[in-house]
Amino acid sequence: MAVVVIGALVALVIFTSQPGDMVVVLPAADGHTGAVVVERDGQRTVLDQTYAATRSGRKVPVNQAEVRQTFAPALGAIPSRPARFELYFETATDQLTEESKLELARMLVELKRRPTPDILVIGHTDTVGQGDENDVLSRMRAERVKADLVAIGIAEERIRASGRGEREPIIRTADGVDEPRNRRVEINVR
Amino acid sequence: MRWILAVAAVILVASAHANDVGQIKTVKGAVHVERDGKRIEAAAGMGVRQSDVLTTGADGAVGVTFLDNSMLSLGPASTLAIDHYSFDSTTHEGRFDASLKKGTLAGVSGRMVKQSPESMRVRTPASVMAVRGTEFAVRVD
Repeated sequence: MAVVVIGALVALVIFTSQPGDMVVVLPAADGHTGAVVVERDGQRTVLDQTYAATRSGRKVPVNQAEVRQTFAPALGAIPSRPARFELYFETATDQLTEESKLELARMLVELKRRPTPDILVIGHTDTVGQGDENDVLSRMRAERVKADLVAIGIAEERIRASGRGEREPIIRTADGVDEPRNRRVEINVR
Repeated sequence: MRWILAVAAVILVASAHANDVGQIKTVKGAVHVERDGKRIEAAAGMGVRQSDVLTTGADGAVGVTFLDNSMLSLGPASTLAIDHYSFDSTTHEGRFDASLKKGTLAGVSGRMVKQSPESMRVRTPASVMAVRGTEFAVRVD
């Protein structure tokens, strides 16, 4: 009897002291759940559902509350999600459309939430005018947005601005076409 | 000596370096970056490079955003090595290998995984995880 109990105790200790490596798939902010493939000792386990998990390489059910507790500090340290904005311009100018002035205001709110933003501003044009003029115009649009950001107090060295001319239209057109959706600046914020 | 280190740290924080593959965005408690045999105190805004090792103290946590918009964060008493990071911002092709030596990690995959699934890998002492477009968490005991 004693042997059995000791055996059970030893088994319990071995079981609980096993390296409890844990891998969990979390609910994604964008609602899309992908997968993690865990490979351990030559064995592949595919975790492709929210809260699917392995412990020491074996697929096990996990408690959501336990996952949240275990990873609370790490989850709390995940940076703000990268965001992307588009601003549109009046034809042949670096003047924002009325709608885009509102979008700019929304973007500034988002930027203020980030103590150390990393901002990439890329200007584009439609196909009205010469290609090289559009290179200059796209650059002017990007610089204009950069100046607006600097004016509200974002450090200049955190912003990179560049122009792509008419090379990357949203809407493909023939040459010389006035297309408001192509007259834009995209802003990627990390 | 101390002020030289402080000045060096400020310079590191202020300048975005061409070798940077990511940037520290959140820091809580004690967080350090081991680079070229030196141990640098981490601060928000500091660049992260290939071969860096990030460590957190008992009260520490840190979050990093990488060039492809993937993100990794560590909880307390954790060690993470950035073994390899390459990303082509035009084709979105790349490879990301990181190793969690101990502690807890949360991750969000980015653009390179959208382009080529399983291009992001996280190792632990016992296993390898290939990430196919998702958010995930890992603990090493």
